[in-house]
Amino acid sequence: MAKVKGYVEVNTQRCKGCNLCVVSCPADVLELQPREVNDKGYHYVYMKNPDDCIGCANCGYVCPDAVLTVYRKKIEEKEKV
Amino acid sequence: MDKNELTGAETLVYAKPRLVNDTEMHYCPGCSHGVVHHLVAEVIDELGWAEKTIGVSPVGCAVFAHKYVDIDWQQAAHGRAPAVATAIKRLNPDKMVFTYQGDGDLAAIGTAETIHAANRGENIAIIFINNAIYGMTGGQMAPTTLNQMVTTTCPEGRDPRIMGNPLKIVDMLALLDGVCLATRQSVHTAAAVKKTKRMIKLAFENAMANKGTSIVEVVSSCNAGWRMNPVDANNWMAENMLSVFPVGDLKNL
Amino acid sequence: MSEEISLMKGNEAIAHAAVRYGADGYFGYPITPQSEIIETLMELAPWKTTGMIVMQAESELAAINMVYGGAGCGKAVMTSSSSTGMSLKMEGISYIAAGELPCLLVNVMRGGPGLGTIQPSQSDYFQTVKGGGHGDYRLITLAPYSVQEMADFVALGFDLAFKYRTPSMILTDGVIGQMMEKVRLPEFKRRRSEEEIRKQCPWATLGRTPDRAPNFLTTLEMDSSLMEQRNIHLQAKYKEIQQNEVRYQEVLCDDADYLLVAFGSAARICLKTVDLARAEGLKVGLLRPITLWPFPSEILEKYASKVKGMLTVELNAGQMVEDVRLAVNGKMPVEHYGRLGGIVPTPDHVLEALKKLI
Repeated sequence: MAKVKGYVEVNTQRCKGCNLCVVSCPADVLELQPREVNDKGYHYVYMKNPDDCIGCANCGYVCPDAVLTVYRKKIEEKEKV
Repeated sequence: MDKNELTGAETLVYAKPRLVNDTEMHYCPGCSHGVVHHLVAEVIDELGWAEKTIGVSPVGCAVFAHKYVDIDWQQAAHGRAPAVATAIKRLNPDKMVFTYQGDGDLAAIGTAETIHAANRGENIAIIFINNAIYGMTGGQMAPTTLNQMVTTTCPEGRDPRIMGNPLKIVDMLALLDGVCLATRQSVHTAAAVKKTKRMIKLAFENAMANKGTSIVEVVSSCNAGWRMNPVDANNWMAENMLSVFPVGDLKNL
Repeated sequence: MSEEISLMKGNEAIAHAAVRYGADGYFGYPITPQSEIIETLMELAPWKTTGMIVMQAESELAAINMVYGGAGCGKAVMTSSSSTGMSLKMEGISYIAAGELPCLLVNVMRGGPGLGTIQPSQSDYFQTVKGGGHGDYRLITLAPYSVQEMADFVALGFDLAFKYRTPSMILTDGVIGQMMEKVRLPEFKRRRSEEEIRKQCPWATLGRTPDRAPNFLTTLEMDSSLMEQRNIHLQAKYKEIQQNEVRYQEVLCDDADYLLVAFGSAARICLKTVDLARAEGLKVGLLRPITLWPFPSEILEKYASKVKGMLTVELNAGQMVEDVRLAVNGKMPVEHYGRLGGIVPTPDHVLEALKKLI
């Protein structure tokens, strides 16, 4: 059975912490850094639950600042005996 | 799995559009402008028209559009972008010419230029950002401000008896014979973004195919002008604006 | 080749000359007394021959912004109007000057202020040479006094505009626009190809090519130190124009005791006044500024130490007279004679006014 795995790369210094990507994510992968800020003082986004990412790229589409690069890979899972 | 196993050219599904350069956008966090800029850049690149596209930017928040999308641009006087684009296209019929305008620019000060360019069926595309407010000047009433909506120049809410009703200019434009495409979209969800991109592409193709004037209205949020956070602003937009400015094609010939 | 001499109105001559220059576009809005320019262009239908575009815009605002768009592509574009319509174009003209765009503007002046009259006037001198629109900019201003010059100044105006990347204005009035005279029209020139425009105007927004960065045309600069640099650059260019492009005509000035100073239609009237005065034994000459900006201050200053007085004659309440007085700087009296609101004086009227000065 094939499974889809995704990865979101964040340009943390360019993120303005608007949160639009967080609410667009269907898998609850993203979150704004609760404490850390970038050089501009924004709580930038990071992958809180990276294992759940399916690489749908919703976050990328809604990001006004193009700080997200999204990857997706099909993983063949070995059948369990 | 770690990052190195997942990232690579063959697994890439979304990245900053190639025609968008590295200049940091001046827009407020969560502004719809950035999303639409990316769509414009992606579509031009996908069509392979970077060398024959000329954009006309407005006065308003998008006055600096030329800083971000690496094509040739002219920045027009307030409201006059359709007149500027008219001349560019008439003098260069083999180019793809589009305007990018806000609600104040297009539907208030530039109403005449918008209507007459569309009525002549100028072979241009008009990208119209409708966020119901004057963003750049700090949140004053726009022609598309909703009734009862509060702005700095209608602090008790827009009263239609005094200030008129929200101007549905794209509905008006759809009536004109020169218009081949009048559509209203939004960019507050990934699905909406994808749909808007398809319509921008169609508008640009229409302009090159000399089919007449295409208008793509993007119902947008201006969280700073609305005094909300970006997520609330998008939700407010979906709940309040889309009933006055419903999404869909008003005309698509 | 036989000389091609035609009889036509000044307005018509401008239209013919524009097509023959190889202009790329005309954008205008009808207004008396200059509508023959767009009417003649529509009749000539140059889009069928040279490829020149002619458009009737929905307003003067649209027309001047069409000129901005076309000029931003390095095209040779023009508009024309009359006084009240020109007022509407002023914002656009300021943008065009700020954007350093070449174009040709024509103002066939009528009496103002307000809707005024359709009769001739020269009361837009201040508006044209002192600004009109906002900001520190200047317009190269050519003042034709014959139908022949109406035709000739189209090419001159375009050439200067492209040489300096700045708008040129033909400032004329209902007298010159409406009167018919013989005129020798210029030869036809080919319109420039896109390749030629890209070479001549590397700044033009004609679509970005791989060999250059994107071109963008904007007049906005939020950084005041950069905006000051832009202004300093403009002023340096204006200084160069002042040094190189002053044009004027001297008529019997060498031995003159008194000088008439007049431009355009007023100068035409003064030519006859000079004849009348000379017939009475009065040594009178005419100095006719052809460029109103840059203004021929130096030659006026030269005459200031030679003549006993100067009389400016204008179809206004006294506008150019201020520049004449600045030029002579108090060395001798400079008086003004003018008629207002569309009244055109006769040579006799001017002679009477001159005799009062003497």
